[in-house]
Amino acid sequence: MLKHFKNILLVFAFGMTALANAALEIVITEGVDSARPIGVVPFKYIGNGEVPSEISAVIAADLMRSGKFKPVSEEQMPQLPTTDEEVDYDAWVSLGVEAIIVGTVMQQPANRYLVKYELIDVLRAQITGGETRMMSNGKLMKSQDHVLESRQSVIDSDSFRYYSHQISDVVYEALTGERGAFRTKIAYVIVREEQDKPYQLVVADYDGFNEQVLLRSKEPLMSPAWSPDGNKLAYVTFENRQSQIYVQDIYSGKREKITSYKGINGAPQFSPDGTQMLVVLSKDKGGATEVYVIDLETRTEKRLTKHRSIDTEPSWHPNGREIVYTSERGGNAQIYKLNLDTGRSRRVTFDGDMNLAGSITPDGKQLVMVNRTLGQYHIAKKEFDSGLFQVLTRTRLDESPSIAPNGSMIIYSTLHNNKQVLALVSMDGRFKARLPVLDGQVKAPAWSPFLQ
Amino acid sequence: MQLNKTLKALLVALPVMTLAACSSSSGDVDGGEGQQTNASSNSNNDGVDVNTIERQKTPAEKLQEKYEALRQEQIVYFDFDRSTVRSEYVELLQAHADFLVKNPSVKVLIEGHADERGTPEYNIALGESRGKSVAKYLESLGVSDSQISVVSYGEEKPMVKSRTEEAFAKNRRAVLVY
Repeated sequence: MLKHFKNILLVFAFGMTALANAALEIVITEGVDSARPIGVVPFKYIGNGEVPSEISAVIAADLMRSGKFKPVSEEQMPQLPTTDEEVDYDAWVSLGVEAIIVGTVMQQPANRYLVKYELIDVLRAQITGGETRMMSNGKLMKSQDHVLESRQSVIDSDSFRYYSHQISDVVYEALTGERGAFRTKIAYVIVREEQDKPYQLVVADYDGFNEQVLLRSKEPLMSPAWSPDGNKLAYVTFENRQSQIYVQDIYSGKREKITSYKGINGAPQFSPDGTQMLVVLSKDKGGATEVYVIDLETRTEKRLTKHRSIDTEPSWHPNGREIVYTSERGGNAQIYKLNLDTGRSRRVTFDGDMNLAGSITPDGKQLVMVNRTLGQYHIAKKEFDSGLFQVLTRTRLDESPSIAPNGSMIIYSTLHNNKQVLALVSMDGRFKARLPVLDGQVKAPAWSPFLQ
Repeated sequence: MQLNKTLKALLVALPVMTLAACSSSSGDVDGGEGQQTNASSNSNNDGVDVNTIERQKTPAEKLQEKYEALRQEQIVYFDFDRSTVRSEYVELLQAHADFLVKNPSVKVLIEGHADERGTPEYNIALGESRGKSVAKYLESLGVSDSQISVVSYGEEKPMVKSRTEEAFAKNRRAVLVY
């Protein structure tokens, strides 16, 4: 098991692919110098047989993928403590580590396990010597404020990955002040050419594990989009030799047809409150593709754009009062922002030859898009206030960016060895990782909202 | 519209007719090598040899043959990020239009496709724009819009699955499906 953990770290360190059991695994394609060193000590297992899953390996991978942390490898660790009492704070601090996670897994009857863990601020502990005395209600109390989190839970054997992601969320929030997004999911389309129904709509954990196929079709599937409650996916299907928009409940499998007009039915996006949906239709004469908003209750629709050229790829501002969309009205495709109250559109991108597929970060402050410069398609971002524009990726044919619900990372589709794969880039562009897939072309990733 | 159609058909047919006229007159004079213009019966003791001559095709028949050959080709290719029909496809589309006008019950589905560059939803719009360009061209040649439907697959159904310039060029296409 220790060996397994080391292997994972080695894979990270050298950027090599493939863990046989993983449908998708993260591979670092670029280093991160600014990331904070952290110690994720292997949890001690007290029980018979093998531990169902190595919790610390999952946590270390999560924290590394966030781009904000650099877990130290096991061979670098000065010791392998399991509780705060065993920790040699000085040894960790001298390694440059600011916090460590220690814990134990204890086998219980009936296939259950007691997991205990602590998140320890070793810098603080070094200063206080592991104990602080402070005044509380006029009394001098002992405190251990260097232990940032101390929790325990009983889980069953198939909850190890989920619980590991939960620990990652706790650690991430304690150390960054920002909500973790490690228990989120991604939806994507995978094309498995050799199968009878090659086009498949899939949902997996954000790290690619637990892939579940929700729909298989002989004809293309496109543009999955999550409902804000995380229970449904809207998508485009060509099963009737034309595009149609459907909504599918991911738990019950119930499908509902939303639009099936002549021409294009595309690019569905649920509104932040879930009551409306932006879609792209080409049913009206005199227009090309136009953006519409549909009231999902009454099924009434309203046309939002009117132009002879292409208008497509609408996306909501988190405030629900504005949208961005791609338009060719100025010649080349650029992104425009439309105020739904005033009905006025304003061009917001000016860098490079073309900008496409805009989406706004959860804080409303930045625009993420596909930028084309000198014929190359890359993921880029622009800060609305400062106008600062930055190209984030350097891979080939990058498209379909989708932002994590905490705004920390972007998942997108890209080309690697003549194969479409998914990749991650941190919002600052410094951390990049690839999610290789073994058996198909993977495209159109959509990051779920928070699911808890 | 009807007059317009006739005029256009005539415009295309005229040069073909002139060509046909030239070849037939020379055939009359020289007898020609490939085709025998005079029926010859070789008298032989055993019996007879019967030969035939190839009947001169009418200009209309020749045009029909040409159109039939052209109609085997059902793909029109486009320039990058463009949806205008290139001039090299004028005759090809003329052949399809001719067939559709003569067979008003026949329907054609025009599939619009894009290469993988650009985003999937943008390419759906581009593919539709390409399909509609072809549809409009056929309509200008007299094909009824009720015979034509357009579907765009964007970049979802590439014909060639590599990512070279040549592959991209093959994938930027509209396909006429009967």
